Amino acid sequence: MIDPNLFQLICFYAFGVVTVGAALAVITLKNSVHAVLALVLTFFSTACIWLLAEAEFLAIALIVVYVGAVMVLFLFVVMMLDIKQEQVREGFIRYLPVGIVVALVMLVEMLALIGVRAMQAIPMGANPAAAAGMSNTAWLGTALYTQYLLPFEIAALILTVGVVAAVALTLRQRADRRHESASQQVRVNARDRVRIVKMAAEQPARTTAQPQQPGDQEAKP
Amino acid sequence: MGEQILNQLVWPIIYILCIAVPLILAVAMFVYWERKVIGWMHVRMGPNKIGPLGLLQAFADVVKLLIKEVILPSSANRFLYYLAPLLALVPAFAAWAVIPFGERMVLSNANAGVLYLLAMTSLGVYGIILAGWASNSRYALLGAMRSAAQVISYELAMGLCLVCVLVLAGSLNLTDIVHAQAGGKGFLDWFWLPLLPVFVIYFISGVAETNRAPFDVAEGESEIVAGFHVEYSGSAFAIFFLAEYANMILVSFLASVLFLGGWLSPFQGWITADVSPWVNWIWTGGFIWLFIKAFLFAFMFLWFRASFPRYRYDQIMRLGWKVFIPIAIAWVLVAGCMKYFGWVSIGTGV
Amino acid sequence: MPNFNDILVLLPEFYLVAAACLLLLLDAFMKPEQRGLLHWLSIAVLLVAVYLVVAGQPDGTATAFNGMFVRDRVAEILKVFALLCTVLVFVYARPYLADRKLFVGEFYTLAIFAVIGIMLLVSAGNLVTVYLGLELLTLSSYALVALNRDSPLSSEAAIKYFVLGALASGMLLYGMSMVYGATGTLSLAQLHGAAAHSAMPNLLLFGLIFMIIGIGFKLGVAPFHMWIPDVYQGAPTAVTVFIGSAPKLAAFGMAYRLLESGLGDLAQHWQLMLAVLAVLSLAIGNLVAIVQSNLKRLLAYSTISHMGYLLLGLVNAGPEGYAAAMFYAISYALMSTAAFGVILALARAGFECEEIDDFKGLNQRSPWMAFLMLLAMFSLAGVPPLFGFFAKLLVLQAAIDANMLWLAIVGAVFAIIGLYYYLRVVKVMYFDKPQDGVRLEVQQDVSLRWMLSLNALLLLVLGLCWGPLLGWCRAAFGLVSA
Repeated sequence: MIDPNLFQLICFYAFGVVTVGAALAVITLKNSVHAVLALVLTFFSTACIWLLAEAEFLAIALIVVYVGAVMVLFLFVVMMLDIKQEQVREGFIRYLPVGIVVALVMLVEMLALIGVRAMQAIPMGANPAAAAGMSNTAWLGTALYTQYLLPFEIAALILTVGVVAAVALTLRQRADRRHESASQQVRVNARDRVRIVKMAAEQPARTTAQPQQPGDQEAKP
Repeated sequence: MGEQILNQLVWPIIYILCIAVPLILAVAMFVYWERKVIGWMHVRMGPNKIGPLGLLQAFADVVKLLIKEVILPSSANRFLYYLAPLLALVPAFAAWAVIPFGERMVLSNANAGVLYLLAMTSLGVYGIILAGWASNSRYALLGAMRSAAQVISYELAMGLCLVCVLVLAGSLNLTDIVHAQAGGKGFLDWFWLPLLPVFVIYFISGVAETNRAPFDVAEGESEIVAGFHVEYSGSAFAIFFLAEYANMILVSFLASVLFLGGWLSPFQGWITADVSPWVNWIWTGGFIWLFIKAFLFAFMFLWFRASFPRYRYDQIMRLGWKVFIPIAIAWVLVAGCMKYFGWVSIGTGV
Repeated sequence: MPNFNDILVLLPEFYLVAAACLLLLLDAFMKPEQRGLLHWLSIAVLLVAVYLVVAGQPDGTATAFNGMFVRDRVAEILKVFALLCTVLVFVYARPYLADRKLFVGEFYTLAIFAVIGIMLLVSAGNLVTVYLGLELLTLSSYALVALNRDSPLSSEAAIKYFVLGALASGMLLYGMSMVYGATGTLSLAQLHGAAAHSAMPNLLLFGLIFMIIGIGFKLGVAPFHMWIPDVYQGAPTAVTVFIGSAPKLAAFGMAYRLLESGLGDLAQHWQLMLAVLAVLSLAIGNLVAIVQSNLKRLLAYSTISHMGYLLLGLVNAGPEGYAAAMFYAISYALMSTAAFGVILALARAGFECEEIDDFKGLNQRSPWMAFLMLLAMFSLAGVPPLFGFFAKLLVLQAAIDANMLWLAIVGAVFAIIGLYYYLRVVKVMYFDKPQDGVRLEVQQDVSLRWMLSLNALLLLVLGLCWGPLLGWCRAAFGLVSA
């Protein structure tokens, strides 16, 4: 008989190992495209861990937003940049000691945090979604639109500012830009494009004939 | 112990095979049907040599592709080159897990089914991008970039269309969404009517999302030869092919489930007679209706391809960003009003 | 569920959001020649917002959206002055922007969005609102700094601001999550009661430290001041004047909300931390400013020292101290707009007028501008009887009241050191010969001249008659004014 809790624990550790391994790969892989893909894997396995914690909405949102959109753009940029790997490595040894010190300090801090024995003293509140008898997603939606409505709307404002800023900082009205107006294209008639000209029938060519004036008999494309 | 293994392992695998194997067969027949239909539309015969009426043409193609050599271009990234087709295929098949074929005929009746679908469809783009990049070919890279930009743009419009459906149905579960379209007014109860603009946008975005004509700039035979999979051959190419067609069929099924009432009958509520289980499905609904609806959408994919010239790249972007997304956003508001003021009747299931 | 009353409480904010969106649309459909209209409309929008804030103020404290938003006197006063500062900024900025082809609608909308961020931040009743209001403010500020995108200096400043700002936001968020972990609540009001008997005091302290780092960064106090000089110098002066004024009020508001409304129970812990930050800021700000030759950079270091003084008020951790700190924040915002306003008034197309040497002999060219600059400099230095003097006096008093005489002495000593570099500017204006080849001309814009004169003279007037303003500040913290 497989104990469900045990199974869940095994899954957690498996995903955890993949997450940590992929995260390590992000910062150690030499090929930057591989590094981005490792980051994708990190996100993906993090989402799996969240699924185990019954945070299904967050897990899927992580995949849709980060894996499906943000990382694709990342990958795009990395592919466009032709990064010379040697250049990236140059500063590595020089900054290594500083990096190690920072990493050690962070490690100690985190251990101190984890080591706070009182951590056990606060029992984590019961899963509010389960208490309300709703699915995680439904509960989250309800909370966002009632209790946290104001922060939710402020977040929308922040996104608006992001759009305005992006447009303000990147839109350039270049004079030499070739631009086609779709509405004009749609509204065009056959008459605007083709001009039919009536002209007298051509006489059979004579040897002394003057060269024809170019122009009217050609239909304008 | 044995029973547990049977329940947790064997049955799911059998269920999965029950979806995957017919899906692969459907793709084969769909390819044959595509060539036939386009042939008729072009006043040609289409494939007619292999098997009766040329029915075995697709299988012959598969055999041919499988025994061909997979060529690795020089200085291509070997690992990613081989990984890319798989990354394209897996989401295309995984998404099928939440599609309800009928009452209780669903592999996983997940609560967040629509979200899962969104997640899976957004993953498919990785296969395309990586294929384009790993091939070490300019055509492939251009195709990959076009495709990625297009897929991301149209995903937004598609997502907003889904939001409209979710607002009306009040659930992320696909079975519940079908139930919400049940009612006594036949096909007028389905969501295509209150959400008509969104329905159109959804299907067109679906065509764009699968990189099919007239939005096939990612392949663009006449410009960039075949786009992201130009360097692929043999079975690797076959996998891309399979993924693309599986995605088309998926979009057809989704459009049916979300807007045309899934397995519900267009005559629901009009006839209440109890004749025989073999006939009752015509008015009580059954998976055959879903297949008929999906077949109509799948046929439209082919019809589009035979009818429309390819869009230019900037026109595609304009259509997505400046036309579809604003309309879809506006319709989210309309859908909210419909729900709030009770303008549409929402079914509660059987 | 939110109801209509909630919306009434937030009316000024909602109104500003709607107005900003309309301005944005208007800008998109407007011909570039008509931008002048946008300028006046933006100012009108802000003035109406001031009216809504003042007219709609509740009798006591009103909360909305489940306590996410708190509207009390502190918030009202900060909002009014933030809005008025922004009006001043708009008036000062126009000729400068027009000369540099930066006169675009985005400047106005982004600034208004930043003001909305300030208003939400100073009214926050929940850690989430604090964070989101702050992000709204800073995100708009990053974009404003980078507005002159063809200038490498601007872009560099924006990148530095963005990277360090993101780091600071991360720190703040980290601190908030620890505080949440230790107390189980995000609401500042509930935090106030829960913090004292948390089961995990260590975690709470960790959170407090991270939050103070975040606050320190946003205030720009040493040692989290690295971004200030570069951003002040690199940003277009019209943006610098904004960043140097209204957001300082917001930073005070944020510190007050987080430290007093939220973690007031831990005052004995954060008092000392703030005292250390104050001493460092006073030292670094005043000492490094001495060697600056660029006036914008000098004012940046002066900001650091002024924020140090502001902390002296917060260190008191009592209503008297908060009133003094708020008074200081308001006075600093007005002084800084005046000082940068003079720079803006003297800058022309192709001439930034930001080196101290550019001001040589200003008195001979334009005695009135020189006099206005003199007022601003003396007020910043804290020379009686100007506004800045009383502000300094009050915060020093607050430090003494908190039994930190040493801190007050440090503050006084550095005030005297600081006098040196402010006086240098005055000396250059009045006693040096004009530089060859530099033509100092004052912008012809009438509104700029009048508003700048008003702004600078206000420093003198408020210095002579500071009672009412101080009365408001004291009343806001529940002290009956004398």
